[in-house]
Amino acid sequence: MARIVMDDLHKVYPGGVKAVTGISLDIADGEMIVLVGPSGCGKSTLLRMVAGLETITGGTLTIGERVVNQLEPADRDIAMVFQNYALYPHMTVYNNLAYGLRNKGVPKPEIDRRVQEAAGMLQIADYLDRKPRALSGGQRQRVAMGRALVREPAAFLFDEPLSNLDAKLRVQMRVEIRQLQKRLGTTSLYVTHDQLEALTLADRLVVLNGGQIEQVGTPMELYRRPGTVFVAGFIGSPAMNMIDMAYLRDRGAAPPALPAGTDLVGVRPDDLSLTPGESPAMALRGTVALLEPAGAESHIYVTLDGNAQPITVRVPGLPEVAEGAAVVLHAPLEALHPFNSASGKRTG
Amino acid sequence: MVENDRFGSLLAHLILILGVAAVVFPVYVAVIASTHAPGTFLQGVMPLLPGSHAIENYRTVIFEGRAQAGAPPIGLMLWNSFVMAMMIAVGKIAISLLSAFAIVYFRFRFRIFFFWVIFLTLMLPVEVRIVPTYAVVANLGLLNSYAGLSIPLIASATATFLFRQFFMTVPEEMLEAARVDGAGPMKFFKDILLPLSITNIAAMFVIMFIYGWNQYLWPLLVTNDERYYTVVMGIQRMVTGGDSEPLWHLVMATVVMAALPPILVILFMQRLFVKGLVETEK
Amino acid sequence: MQTKRMTFSSRWLPYALLAPQVLITVVFFIWPASQALWQSMLRQDAFGLRTTFVWFRNFERLFDNPLYLASMKTTAIFAISTTLLAMSLSLLFAVMVNRMLRSREWYTTFLVWPYAVAPAIAGVLWWFMFNTSVGIVPYMLEGFGYDWNHRLDGNDAMILVVLAAAWKQISYNFLFFLAGLQSIPQSLLEAAAIDGAGRTKRFWTIVFPLLSPTTFFLMVVNVVYAMFDTFGVIHATTEGGPAQATNILVYNVFRDGFVNGNLGASAAQSVVLMGIVVVLTVVQFRFIERRVNY
Repeated sequence: MARIVMDDLHKVYPGGVKAVTGISLDIADGEMIVLVGPSGCGKSTLLRMVAGLETITGGTLTIGERVVNQLEPADRDIAMVFQNYALYPHMTVYNNLAYGLRNKGVPKPEIDRRVQEAAGMLQIADYLDRKPRALSGGQRQRVAMGRALVREPAAFLFDEPLSNLDAKLRVQMRVEIRQLQKRLGTTSLYVTHDQLEALTLADRLVVLNGGQIEQVGTPMELYRRPGTVFVAGFIGSPAMNMIDMAYLRDRGAAPPALPAGTDLVGVRPDDLSLTPGESPAMALRGTVALLEPAGAESHIYVTLDGNAQPITVRVPGLPEVAEGAAVVLHAPLEALHPFNSASGKRTG
Repeated sequence: MVENDRFGSLLAHLILILGVAAVVFPVYVAVIASTHAPGTFLQGVMPLLPGSHAIENYRTVIFEGRAQAGAPPIGLMLWNSFVMAMMIAVGKIAISLLSAFAIVYFRFRFRIFFFWVIFLTLMLPVEVRIVPTYAVVANLGLLNSYAGLSIPLIASATATFLFRQFFMTVPEEMLEAARVDGAGPMKFFKDILLPLSITNIAAMFVIMFIYGWNQYLWPLLVTNDERYYTVVMGIQRMVTGGDSEPLWHLVMATVVMAALPPILVILFMQRLFVKGLVETEK
Repeated sequence: MQTKRMTFSSRWLPYALLAPQVLITVVFFIWPASQALWQSMLRQDAFGLRTTFVWFRNFERLFDNPLYLASMKTTAIFAISTTLLAMSLSLLFAVMVNRMLRSREWYTTFLVWPYAVAPAIAGVLWWFMFNTSVGIVPYMLEGFGYDWNHRLDGNDAMILVVLAAAWKQISYNFLFFLAGLQSIPQSLLEAAAIDGAGRTKRFWTIVFPLLSPTTFFLMVVNVVYAMFDTFGVIHATTEGGPAQATNILVYNVFRDGFVNGNLGASAAQSVVLMGIVVVLTVVQFRFIERRVNY
């Protein structure tokens, strides 16, 4: 169990490429932190720096009470679950789990106790004698988790551990990982590019972009009050609609009482409706370009009059609108997210 | 594909059967010759059916030899060939694994330079530097020794490249997982890399064993003591040594004994052999 | 050249790992080769007492020597004949085996094992079959009215060593041709069949052109084999005779240097051979690079 403190971490590759530029983060003991962002944002690099798989070129990293910048991965008291699992193909499941403990000189009976315990927890006790190639994708994933578990580390590091599973299994494993982490109370750092995975798993969410932190907060904080245009676009699916203030003013549809400096207004597809609510702050005219039923809900793609940019609306069930029909979209004031496009920041 | 080509198919079988026959025939003739009494060869053309002196002939060449015909017993020569082939195969694999490991898993000064030094061995076969290499071996006092027969041949660019190629395909995460599991370089090499390379090692072994067994010019250069003759080079002395017509029944028994071990290796490890052969040329 | 994304760091370990390989390479390859280069420019007097530096005079003499030039010609004839014979037969076998289904493994097994036979032994096997007194082939040829005698007739001797050398190399070529054939996508052949091309036409218009990288690669390998690895074939049988008819360069350098002790001339020949190997190796590797991009 440990607190992890990143203080102004930097990573510059020998070629001069800057992958991480000044990241500071204080992770509380037992917290589940999810690092999320598009590919190339530095999230994996940051995780690998914590693991000791990448050298840290600037700043300090503390795990527990120790500064670990110069320590080998094995000495950092962490465990890692790799994206492709990285199971040793020539060893049985048992030996895959036991290998790290043997290297540490843990006594045999203790190794056996821990392996059996982890295997029980992950329901892989029946496969301990098998080689990884005789396992299914989901089972391999569990073995990879087990290898992390037996170390009883101060922190778990997950590098997109679910991305090689099919959609159904991914949801199932996501739930199990979360339950396991809560039960063990081990500090965890989890990297993913899937915003839904991020929202569902995290105690706190860290959105990275261009090697820097865009925003840190609980999933709901980030969903309800994205601090930047980038976070607004990244968290939530379908993505938030962004509308130019200039367009709204031209149409005479500019909502009143938006903070000064606002030139971009964001509104989530869920917050738009085809009928005016109690206090509609904004009304947009357009035509339905495409209706996309998705079971419990439907997505309506609307082309606004005089604007090429399509707007996405999410409504429950299947609405009675025809493609090509003229519609008016309404949104309440509290659903509007005001941004300044030059700074990319929220204006209030 | 639906293709009715009875005739073509028949023709193909015919060609292949003739081909196989042509490929097998020289060895068949040798085996037959090794089963006949010496008198048979004085009566003109040799027979094509087995004779009755097989056991006698093989016993003679392996244990007794015919000193007057320049033929010492080949039991010792077979043993020498085996030792040389094993030392070469194991030696080549061992030092090539280590070099490939260094080149792939470390960054250090002169890495590329060393790579090219190893590459040079490809361009310098024994045949083009006979005299000076002999001089080096003589100066080191390695003439007539197992060390002299094998050590100068165990440098191997081919094996190093093969293992390098293979190591490059080992997933990056394998090393990273091992580092997290607390394995240092040599532990990683021993616990992870070697077991993963086992098929490649075996394939390489097949190729290199045959290479070592079949050495001819090299033992010819560095041995002049019968105790260190290898069987492949020994045959030449039986054919051209002595003044009269060679003792064909004994020569052919020796030929069969000399060719048999590598042939058996190929037949029993055909899959590994094919893999080794095709992969080394990538 | 690449390494892994993550590497081990150690000041001395990589050098220690490379040491055995590099040491052997330097002592037994690079040092002797440089000695050959140096000696190729020296000349000893008749008693071996004085050595003088003569620049390229050994090379000039070499290329003025009709025997050496004849040996070059012999080598060319030998290498080309061996390559052509070994390659055409093995291509024929590979194409035939490739159309078999059940018997493929069986034929392959019977065609690959000559690879295991040492060149010297291959030489002795054919030497015996062609032996003028007991050999089976001269006996048969006599029936056709041909008087075979490789001990006297240079052409007969050349045919003998070419057969022995090619026989051993068929396995190798066969395996590579077969691998090449199997890597040709079946869909291409199916498309050609739908376009109305028969088996023979498909071979010459689709298969053979697509096989050309393999063919070219094997050509280089076969030439290298015929020039350098066949020493045993010659030494164990004809010993270069009759009358130098099978005296290939590798045999000549061995005889001049090792048997006759003519160091300067032998070293100069070594340098010429090195030049040939270097050119062939470069050709082979340039070509492999291209094959990767192909």
